[in-house]
Amino acid sequence: MKPAPFEYLRPASVAEALAVLAAHADAGADVKVLAGGQSLLTLMNLRLARPEVLVDIGGLAELDRVFSDEHDVLIGALVRHRRLETDPELRAQVPLAAAAAGHIGHVGIRNRGTLGGSLAHADPAAELPLVMVTLGATCYLESRADGVRAVPAEEFFLSYFSSALRPDELLTWVRVPRLRPGQGWGFVELARRHGDFAMAGAAAVVDLAQDGSVRGVRAGLMSAGERPLLVSASGPADRDALAARRWDALAEAWTAGLEFSEDPEYARQLARVALRRALTDAETRADADARAVA
Amino acid sequence: MIEVRITVNGTVVERSVEPRLSLADFLRDQLGLTGTHLGCEHGVCGACSVLLDGRSVRACLTLAVQADGHRVTTVEGLASCATARRLSAELSTRHGLQCGFCTAGFLVTATELIQESAGAELTEPTVRAALSGNLCRCTGYQAIIEAVRAASRPSAPPEVDVVGSP
Repeated sequence: MKPAPFEYLRPASVAEALAVLAAHADAGADVKVLAGGQSLLTLMNLRLARPEVLVDIGGLAELDRVFSDEHDVLIGALVRHRRLETDPELRAQVPLAAAAAGHIGHVGIRNRGTLGGSLAHADPAAELPLVMVTLGATCYLESRADGVRAVPAEEFFLSYFSSALRPDELLTWVRVPRLRPGQGWGFVELARRHGDFAMAGAAAVVDLAQDGSVRGVRAGLMSAGERPLLVSASGPADRDALAARRWDALAEAWTAGLEFSEDPEYARQLARVALRRALTDAETRADADARAVA
Repeated sequence: MIEVRITVNGTVVERSVEPRLSLADFLRDQLGLTGTHLGCEHGVCGACSVLLDGRSVRACLTLAVQADGHRVTTVEGLASCATARRLSAELSTRHGLQCGFCTAGFLVTATELIQESAGAELTEPTVRAALSGNLCRCTGYQAIIEAVRAASRPSAPPEVDVVGSP
Protein backbone atom coordinates (compact mmCIF):
# COMPACT_ATOMS: atom_id res chain seq x y z
CA MET A 1 0.00 0.00 0.00
CA LYS A 2 2.91 2.34 -0.65
CA PRO A 3 3.66 3.98 -4.00
CA ALA A 4 6.54 2.68 -6.07
CA PRO A 5 9.54 5.05 -6.21
CA PHE A 6 9.34 7.99 -8.59
CA GLU A 7 11.23 11.14 -9.46
CA TYR A 8 9.56 14.19 -7.89
CA LEU A 9 9.56 17.60 -9.54
CA ARG A 10 7.94 20.74 -8.22
CA PRO A 11 7.88 23.49 -10.88
CA ALA A 12 7.48 27.04 -9.61
CA SER A 13 5.24 28.29 -12.42
CA VAL A 14 2.94 27.05 -15.18
CA ALA A 15 5.64 27.92 -17.72
CA GLU A 16 8.16 25.80 -15.84
CA ALA A 17 5.64 22.96 -15.54
CA LEU A 18 5.08 23.04 -19.32
CA ALA A 19 8.84 22.94 -19.93
CA VAL A 20 9.19 19.93 -17.63
CA LEU A 21 6.28 18.13 -19.30
CA ALA A 22 7.67 18.87 -22.78
CA ALA A 23 11.12 17.54 -21.89
CA HIS A 24 9.75 14.32 -20.39
CA ALA A 25 7.21 13.79 -23.18
CA ASP A 26 10.04 14.06 -25.71
CA ALA A 27 12.00 11.46 -23.76
CA GLY A 28 8.97 9.15 -23.69
CA ALA A 29 8.94 9.02 -19.89
CA ASP A 30 5.81 7.99 -17.99
CA VAL A 31 4.92 11.32 -16.38
CA LYS A 32 1.89 12.16 -14.26
CA VAL A 33 0.82 15.56 -13.02
CA LEU A 34 0.02 15.67 -9.30
CA ALA A 35 -2.59 18.22 -8.20
CA GLY A 36 -4.65 17.29 -5.12
CA GLY A 37 -3.74 13.63 -5.52
CA GLN A 38 -7.06 12.22 -4.31
CA SER A 39 -7.39 9.89 -7.30
CA LEU A 40 -3.76 9.56 -8.40
CA LEU A 41 -2.28 8.76 -4.98
CA THR A 42 -4.97 6.14 -4.44
CA LEU A 43 -3.98 4.45 -7.69
CA MET A 44 -0.30 4.77 -6.80
CA ASN A 45 -0.83 3.35 -3.30
CA LEU A 46 -2.57 0.38 -4.91
CA ARG A 47 0.22 0.31 -7.54
CA LEU A 48 -2.33 0.49 -10.31
CA ALA A 49 -0.30 3.51 -11.40
CA ARG A 50 3.51 3.58 -11.27
CA PRO A 51 4.60 6.82 -12.92
CA GLU A 52 8.34 7.34 -13.32
CA VAL A 53 8.05 11.07 -12.81
CA LEU A 54 5.56 13.06 -10.75
CA VAL A 55 5.18 16.76 -11.56
CA ASP A 56 3.64 18.42 -8.50
CA ILE A 57 1.69 21.52 -9.56
CA GLY A 58 -0.11 21.76 -6.20
CA GLY A 59 1.72 24.92 -5.21
CA LEU A 60 0.94 26.94 -8.35
CA ALA A 61 -1.27 29.62 -6.79
CA GLU A 62 -1.87 31.17 -10.22
CA LEU A 63 -4.19 28.24 -11.02
CA ASP A 64 -6.09 28.52 -7.74
CA ARG A 65 -8.09 31.54 -8.90
CA VAL A 66 -11.55 32.29 -10.25
CA PHE A 67 -12.60 35.05 -12.64
CA SER A 68 -16.09 35.81 -13.86
CA ASP A 69 -17.84 38.07 -16.32
CA GLU A 70 -21.54 38.29 -17.13
CA HIS A 71 -21.52 35.11 -19.24
CA ASP A 72 -18.93 32.73 -17.85
CA VAL A 73 -16.84 31.77 -14.87
CA LEU A 74 -13.20 30.95 -15.52
CA ILE A 75 -12.10 28.44 -12.89
CA GLY A 76 -8.45 27.56 -12.33
CA ALA A 77 -7.46 23.90 -12.46
CA LEU A 78 -6.32 23.97 -8.82
CA VAL A 79 -9.59 25.24 -7.35
CA ARG A 80 -10.55 22.63 -4.80
CA HIS A 81 -13.91 20.85 -4.64
CA ARG A 82 -14.61 22.23 -1.19
CA ARG A 83 -14.32 25.80 -2.49
CA LEU A 84 -16.59 25.02 -5.45
CA GLU A 85 -19.08 23.54 -2.98
CA THR A 86 -19.07 26.32 -0.39
CA ASP A 87 -17.99 29.61 -2.02
CA PRO A 88 -21.09 31.87 -2.07
CA GLU A 89 -20.26 33.45 -5.44
CA LEU A 90 -19.62 30.14 -7.16
CA ARG A 91 -22.79 28.71 -5.63
CA ALA A 92 -24.73 31.59 -7.17
CA GLN A 93 -22.99 31.59 -10.55
CA VAL A 94 -22.53 27.87 -11.21
CA PRO A 95 -24.95 26.20 -8.77
CA LEU A 96 -24.98 22.89 -10.65
CA ALA A 97 -21.21 22.56 -10.26
CA ALA A 98 -21.41 23.56 -6.59
CA ALA A 99 -24.13 21.01 -5.85
CA ALA A 100 -22.28 18.25 -7.69
CA ALA A 101 -19.01 19.07 -5.88
CA GLY A 102 -20.76 18.35 -2.58
CA HIS A 103 -21.23 14.74 -3.70
CA ILE A 104 -17.53 14.08 -4.32
CA GLY A 105 -16.08 11.64 -1.80
CA HIS A 106 -15.95 13.04 1.72
CA VAL A 107 -14.97 16.38 3.24
CA GLY A 108 -11.34 15.29 3.64
CA ILE A 109 -11.24 14.37 -0.06
CA ARG A 110 -12.97 17.60 -1.13
CA ASN A 111 -10.49 19.65 0.91
CA ARG A 112 -7.69 18.34 -1.32
CA GLY A 113 -9.18 17.31 -4.68
CA THR A 114 -9.09 19.83 -7.52
CA LEU A 115 -11.26 20.60 -10.54
CA GLY A 116 -8.40 20.06 -12.98
CA GLY A 117 -7.41 16.81 -11.33
CA SER A 118 -10.92 15.43 -11.49
CA LEU A 119 -11.34 16.31 -15.17
CA ALA A 120 -7.90 15.01 -16.17
CA HIS A 121 -8.60 11.75 -14.32
CA ALA A 122 -11.65 11.35 -16.62
CA ASP A 123 -13.54 8.85 -14.49
CA PRO A 124 -16.96 8.25 -16.10
CA ALA A 125 -18.40 7.79 -12.58
CA ALA A 126 -17.18 11.23 -11.44
CA GLU A 127 -19.36 14.27 -10.82
CA LEU A 128 -17.46 17.20 -12.32
CA PRO A 129 -16.82 15.67 -15.76
CA LEU A 130 -20.58 15.15 -16.07
CA VAL A 131 -21.28 18.71 -14.94
CA MET A 132 -18.85 20.22 -17.44
CA VAL A 133 -20.30 18.18 -20.31
CA THR A 134 -23.86 19.11 -19.29
CA LEU A 135 -23.05 22.82 -19.00
CA GLY A 136 -21.06 22.89 -22.24
CA ALA A 137 -17.87 24.04 -20.51
CA THR A 138 -14.56 24.56 -22.29
CA CYS A 139 -11.26 23.07 -21.12
CA TYR A 140 -8.05 24.99 -21.78
CA LEU A 141 -5.04 22.78 -22.40
CA GLU A 142 -1.60 24.35 -22.49
CA SER A 143 1.67 23.08 -23.87
CA ARG A 144 5.02 24.62 -24.63
CA ALA A 145 4.75 23.50 -28.26
CA ASP A 146 1.26 24.79 -29.10
CA GLY A 147 0.36 27.32 -26.44
CA VAL A 148 -3.29 27.17 -25.39
CA ARG A 149 -5.94 25.10 -27.12
CA ALA A 150 -9.61 25.20 -26.19
CA VAL A 151 -11.40 21.85 -26.14
CA PRO A 152 -15.15 21.59 -25.47
CA ALA A 153 -15.86 19.29 -22.50
CA GLU A 154 -17.94 17.09 -24.82
CA GLU A 155 -14.79 16.36 -26.83
CA PHE A 156 -12.39 16.25 -23.87
CA PHE A 157 -13.52 12.92 -22.42
CA LEU A 158 -12.62 10.03 -24.72
CA SER A 159 -13.09 6.82 -22.72
CA TYR A 160 -12.49 5.29 -19.29
CA PHE A 161 -9.78 7.42 -17.65
CA SER A 162 -8.77 8.80 -21.06
CA SER A 163 -8.98 12.40 -22.15
CA ALA A 164 -7.79 14.62 -24.98
CA LEU A 165 -4.82 15.73 -22.84
CA ARG A 166 -1.48 15.01 -24.51
CA PRO A 167 1.51 13.99 -22.35
CA ASP A 168 3.08 17.43 -22.85
CA GLU A 169 -0.11 19.31 -21.95
CA LEU A 170 -1.47 20.72 -18.73
CA LEU A 171 -5.16 21.43 -18.10
CA THR A 172 -4.96 24.96 -16.73
CA TRP A 173 -8.39 26.60 -16.83
CA VAL A 174 -12.04 25.69 -17.37
CA ARG A 175 -14.59 28.15 -18.73
CA VAL A 176 -18.03 27.38 -17.33
CA PRO A 177 -21.19 29.14 -18.58
CA ARG A 178 -23.08 30.88 -15.77
CA LEU A 179 -26.70 30.02 -15.07
CA ARG A 180 -28.83 32.42 -17.10
CA PRO A 181 -32.29 33.86 -16.33
CA GLY A 182 -34.96 31.29 -17.18
CA GLN A 183 -32.62 28.37 -16.53
CA GLY A 184 -32.98 25.84 -13.77
CA TRP A 185 -30.63 23.01 -12.82
CA GLY A 186 -30.87 19.58 -11.25
CA PHE A 187 -28.28 17.14 -9.96
CA VAL A 188 -29.17 13.73 -8.59
CA GLU A 189 -26.78 11.03 -7.47
CA LEU A 190 -27.87 7.60 -6.34
CA ALA A 191 -25.41 5.94 -3.96
CA ARG A 192 -25.72 3.65 -0.95
CA ARG A 193 -24.20 6.31 1.32
CA HIS A 194 -23.29 9.95 0.81
CA GLY A 195 -19.81 10.05 -0.66
CA ASP A 196 -19.75 6.53 -2.08
CA PHE A 197 -19.20 6.08 -5.78
CA ALA A 198 -22.43 6.67 -7.64
CA MET A 199 -24.51 3.77 -8.91
CA ALA A 200 -26.20 6.35 -11.14
CA GLY A 201 -26.14 10.10 -11.46
CA ALA A 202 -27.69 12.75 -13.66
CA ALA A 203 -27.31 16.46 -14.28
CA ALA A 204 -29.80 18.64 -16.13
CA VAL A 205 -30.37 22.23 -17.18
CA VAL A 206 -33.87 23.26 -18.31
CA ASP A 207 -34.19 26.57 -20.12
CA LEU A 208 -37.63 28.19 -20.14
CA ALA A 209 -38.75 31.16 -22.23
CA GLN A 210 -40.69 33.98 -20.59
CA ASP A 211 -44.00 32.48 -21.80
CA GLY A 212 -43.10 29.22 -20.02
CA SER A 213 -42.29 27.25 -23.17
CA VAL A 214 -39.26 24.99 -23.12
CA ARG A 215 -36.42 26.74 -24.92
CA GLY A 216 -33.88 23.99 -24.43
CA VAL A 217 -32.74 21.09 -22.28
CA ARG A 218 -29.29 19.68 -21.64
CA ALA A 219 -29.02 16.54 -19.60
CA GLY A 220 -26.28 14.01 -18.96
CA LEU A 221 -25.52 10.81 -17.10
CA MET A 222 -22.55 9.53 -15.15
CA SER A 223 -21.73 5.86 -14.53
CA ALA A 224 -23.60 5.04 -17.74
CA GLY A 225 -20.82 4.34 -20.20
CA GLU A 226 -17.15 4.87 -20.93
CA ARG A 227 -17.43 8.63 -20.44
CA PRO A 228 -19.95 11.19 -19.19
CA LEU A 229 -22.85 11.10 -21.65
CA LEU A 230 -24.80 14.11 -22.89
CA VAL A 231 -27.95 12.08 -23.50
CA SER A 232 -30.07 15.09 -24.51
CA ALA A 233 -27.82 15.47 -27.56
CA SER A 234 -27.16 11.83 -28.40
CA GLY A 235 -30.56 10.33 -27.51
CA PRO A 236 -33.70 10.46 -29.64
CA ALA A 237 -35.32 13.89 -29.93
CA ASP A 238 -38.95 13.81 -28.84
CA ARG A 239 -40.20 17.35 -29.49
CA ASP A 240 -43.70 16.67 -28.12
CA ALA A 241 -42.48 15.18 -24.85
CA LEU A 242 -40.05 18.09 -24.48
CA ALA A 243 -42.73 20.72 -25.10
CA ALA A 244 -45.11 18.98 -22.68
CA ARG A 245 -42.34 18.59 -20.11
CA ARG A 246 -42.91 14.83 -19.93
CA TRP A 247 -39.64 14.19 -18.15
CA ASP A 248 -40.20 10.50 -17.44
CA ALA A 249 -40.89 9.80 -21.11
CA LEU A 250 -37.72 11.67 -22.03
CA ALA A 251 -35.74 9.90 -19.32
CA GLU A 252 -36.99 6.55 -20.61
CA ALA A 253 -36.15 7.41 -24.22
CA TRP A 254 -32.72 8.77 -23.34
CA THR A 255 -31.73 5.69 -21.31
CA ALA A 256 -33.25 3.04 -23.62
CA GLY A 257 -30.22 2.65 -25.88
CA LEU A 258 -27.51 2.70 -23.21
CA GLU A 259 -25.33 -0.34 -22.69
CA PHE A 260 -24.54 -1.28 -19.10
CA SER A 261 -22.06 -4.01 -18.28
CA GLU A 262 -23.44 -5.20 -14.95
CA ASP A 263 -27.07 -5.91 -14.10
CA PRO A 264 -28.24 -3.83 -17.09
CA GLU A 265 -31.94 -3.58 -16.33
CA TYR A 266 -31.34 -2.42 -12.77
CA ALA A 267 -28.66 0.03 -13.91
CA ARG A 268 -30.94 1.39 -16.63
CA GLN A 269 -33.80 1.86 -14.13
CA LEU A 270 -31.48 3.75 -11.75
CA ALA A 271 -30.23 5.96 -14.60
CA ARG A 272 -33.79 6.67 -15.71
CA VAL A 273 -34.89 7.60 -12.19
CA ALA A 274 -31.86 9.85 -11.63
CA LEU A 275 -32.45 11.53 -14.98
CA ARG A 276 -36.17 12.06 -14.38
CA ARG A 277 -35.51 13.57 -10.94
CA ALA A 278 -32.74 15.84 -12.24
CA LEU A 279 -34.97 17.09 -15.08
CA THR A 280 -37.88 17.66 -12.69
CA ASP A 281 -35.68 19.56 -10.23
CA ALA A 282 -34.32 21.66 -13.09
CA GLU A 283 -37.84 22.46 -14.29
CA THR A 284 -38.96 23.41 -10.77
CA ARG A 285 -36.01 25.79 -10.38
CA ALA A 286 -36.55 27.26 -13.86
CA ASP A 287 -40.22 27.87 -13.07
CA ALA A 288 -39.32 29.54 -9.79
CA ASP A 289 -36.81 31.71 -11.61
CA ALA A 290 -39.40 32.68 -14.26
CA ARG A 291 -41.89 33.63 -11.51
CA ALA A 292 -39.24 35.71 -9.76
CA VAL A 293 -38.52 37.56 -13.01
CA ALA A 294 -42.21 38.09 -13.89
CA MET B 1 15.65 12.85 -1.05
CA ILE B 2 13.75 16.11 -0.68
CA GLU B 3 14.18 18.62 2.12
CA VAL B 4 10.88 19.54 3.79
CA ARG B 5 10.01 22.05 6.46
CA ILE B 6 6.63 21.35 8.04
CA THR B 7 5.01 22.90 11.12
CA VAL B 8 3.63 19.93 13.06
CA ASN B 9 1.45 20.70 16.08
CA GLY B 10 3.05 24.12 16.29
CA THR B 11 6.66 22.95 16.05
CA VAL B 12 8.74 23.43 12.91
CA VAL B 13 10.37 20.19 11.80
CA GLU B 14 12.93 19.88 9.02
CA ARG B 15 13.66 16.49 7.51
CA SER B 16 14.95 14.92 4.37
CA VAL B 17 12.33 12.55 2.96
CA GLU B 18 11.82 10.18 0.08
CA PRO B 19 9.23 11.64 -2.33
CA ARG B 20 6.97 8.60 -2.06
CA LEU B 21 6.73 8.85 1.75
CA SER B 22 3.14 9.56 2.76
CA LEU B 23 2.38 12.25 5.31
CA ALA B 24 0.96 9.50 7.52
CA ASP B 25 4.18 7.49 7.50
CA PHE B 26 6.18 10.68 7.99
CA LEU B 27 4.18 11.53 11.10
CA ARG B 28 4.23 8.01 12.51
CA ASP B 29 7.67 6.70 11.58
CA GLN B 30 9.83 9.81 11.49
CA LEU B 31 8.17 11.93 14.19
CA GLY B 32 6.78 9.15 16.38
CA LEU B 33 3.28 10.64 16.31
CA THR B 34 1.46 7.34 16.26
CA GLY B 35 -1.94 8.79 17.13
CA THR B 36 -2.57 9.04 13.38
CA HIS B 37 -3.73 5.54 12.47
CA LEU B 38 -3.48 3.85 9.10
CA GLY B 39 -6.36 1.62 8.08
CA CYS B 40 -6.94 1.18 4.38
CA GLU B 41 -4.18 3.39 2.96
CA HIS B 42 -6.27 4.31 -0.06
CA GLY B 43 -8.54 7.04 1.22
CA VAL B 44 -11.61 5.05 2.24
CA CYS B 45 -11.51 4.59 6.03
CA GLY B 46 -10.55 8.07 7.27
CA ALA B 47 -8.51 6.76 10.23
CA CYS B 48 -5.44 8.76 9.12
CA SER B 49 -7.25 12.12 8.97
CA VAL B 50 -5.14 15.10 10.07
CA LEU B 51 -5.58 18.84 9.65
CA LEU B 52 -3.50 20.49 6.91
CA ASP B 53 -3.60 24.27 7.27
CA GLY B 54 -6.69 23.72 9.43
CA ARG B 55 -8.53 21.50 6.91
CA SER B 56 -9.09 17.78 7.33
CA VAL B 57 -7.19 15.65 4.84
CA ARG B 58 -6.27 12.02 4.50
CA ALA B 59 -2.63 11.64 5.47
CA CYS B 60 -2.41 8.44 3.38
CA LEU B 61 -3.40 10.40 0.25
CA THR B 62 -1.01 13.25 0.96
CA LEU B 63 2.71 12.99 0.37
CA ALA B 64 5.02 14.43 3.02
CA VAL B 65 6.58 16.57 0.26
CA GLN B 66 3.14 18.08 -0.44
CA ALA B 67 3.00 19.32 3.16
CA ASP B 68 6.28 21.20 2.73
CA GLY B 69 5.77 24.77 3.97
CA HIS B 70 2.38 23.98 5.52
CA ARG B 71 0.90 23.44 8.99
CA VAL B 72 -0.14 19.98 10.13
CA THR B 73 -2.20 19.24 13.23
CA THR B 74 -2.50 15.63 14.36
CA VAL B 75 -4.77 14.17 17.02
CA GLU B 76 -1.92 14.76 19.49
CA GLY B 77 -2.04 18.46 18.61
CA LEU B 78 -5.79 18.55 19.26
CA ALA B 79 -5.07 18.15 22.97
CA SER B 80 -4.74 21.92 23.13
CA CYS B 81 -8.04 22.46 21.26
CA ALA B 82 -11.07 23.11 23.48
CA THR B 83 -13.54 21.82 20.87
CA ALA B 84 -11.66 18.54 20.50
CA ARG B 85 -11.38 18.13 24.27
CA ARG B 86 -15.11 18.60 24.67
CA LEU B 87 -15.72 16.11 21.88
CA SER B 88 -13.43 13.48 23.43
CA ALA B 89 -15.27 13.84 26.72
CA GLU B 90 -18.60 13.30 24.94
CA LEU B 91 -17.23 10.28 23.03
CA SER B 92 -16.00 8.84 26.32
CA THR B 93 -19.20 9.32 28.34
CA ARG B 94 -21.53 8.25 25.51
CA HIS B 95 -19.57 5.13 24.53
CA GLY B 96 -18.59 6.69 21.21
CA LEU B 97 -15.58 4.42 20.92
CA GLN B 98 -14.69 0.85 21.70
CA CYS B 99 -11.35 -0.30 20.31
CA GLY B 100 -10.40 3.30 19.51
CA PHE B 101 -8.63 2.63 16.22
CA CYS B 102 -10.87 4.99 14.23
CA THR B 103 -11.26 7.57 16.99
CA ALA B 104 -8.35 9.82 16.03
CA GLY B 105 -9.80 10.24 12.55
CA PHE B 106 -13.29 10.94 13.93
CA LEU B 107 -11.86 13.54 16.31
CA VAL B 108 -10.09 15.35 13.48
CA THR B 109 -13.06 15.28 11.07
CA ALA B 110 -15.64 16.18 13.69
CA THR B 111 -13.54 18.96 15.20
CA GLU B 112 -13.38 20.64 11.78
CA LEU B 113 -17.14 20.12 11.40
CA ILE B 114 -18.00 21.62 14.79
CA GLN B 115 -15.68 24.58 14.26
CA GLU B 116 -17.22 25.25 10.83
CA SER B 117 -20.72 25.18 12.30
CA ALA B 118 -19.73 28.25 14.35
CA GLY B 119 -21.87 27.59 17.41
CA ALA B 120 -24.98 26.22 15.65
CA GLU B 121 -26.13 22.81 16.88
CA LEU B 122 -25.50 20.20 14.21
CA THR B 123 -28.38 18.13 12.87
CA GLU B 124 -28.14 14.37 12.58
CA PRO B 125 -28.15 14.31 8.73
CA THR B 126 -25.37 16.93 8.67
CA VAL B 127 -23.24 14.91 11.07
CA ARG B 128 -23.90 11.66 9.22
CA ALA B 129 -22.94 13.18 5.87
CA ALA B 130 -19.83 14.85 7.27
CA LEU B 131 -18.66 11.67 9.01
CA SER B 132 -19.50 9.37 6.07
CA GLY B 133 -15.80 9.23 5.24
CA ASN B 134 -14.82 7.77 8.61
CA LEU B 135 -15.41 4.07 9.20
CA CYS B 136 -15.99 2.54 12.64
CA ARG B 137 -16.38 -1.21 12.99
CA CYS B 138 -17.29 -1.30 16.71
CA THR B 139 -19.89 1.24 17.71
CA GLY B 140 -22.52 1.22 15.00
CA TYR B 141 -22.08 5.01 14.76
CA GLN B 142 -25.14 6.03 16.82
CA ALA B 143 -23.10 6.98 19.88
CA ILE B 144 -20.53 8.82 17.77
CA ILE B 145 -23.23 10.88 16.03
CA GLU B 146 -24.78 11.69 19.42
CA ALA B 147 -21.40 12.69 20.88
CA VAL B 148 -20.65 15.04 17.98
CA ARG B 149 -24.08 16.63 18.21
CA ALA B 150 -23.71 17.05 21.97
CA ALA B 151 -20.28 18.63 21.57
CA SER B 152 -21.73 21.08 19.06
CA ARG B 153 -24.41 22.27 21.48
CA PRO B 154 -23.70 25.69 22.98
CA SER B 155 -24.73 24.33 26.40
CA ALA B 156 -22.20 21.50 26.32
CA PRO B 157 -21.04 20.28 29.74
CA PRO B 158 -17.75 21.55 31.21
CA GLU B 159 -14.61 20.36 29.50
CA VAL B 160 -12.93 17.24 30.75
CA ASP B 161 -9.42 16.75 29.52
CA VAL B 162 -9.29 13.08 28.54
CA VAL B 163 -6.96 13.41 25.56
CA GLY B 164 -3.89 13.96 27.69
CA SER B 165 -0.66 15.45 26.40
CA PRO B 166 1.23 14.00 23.46
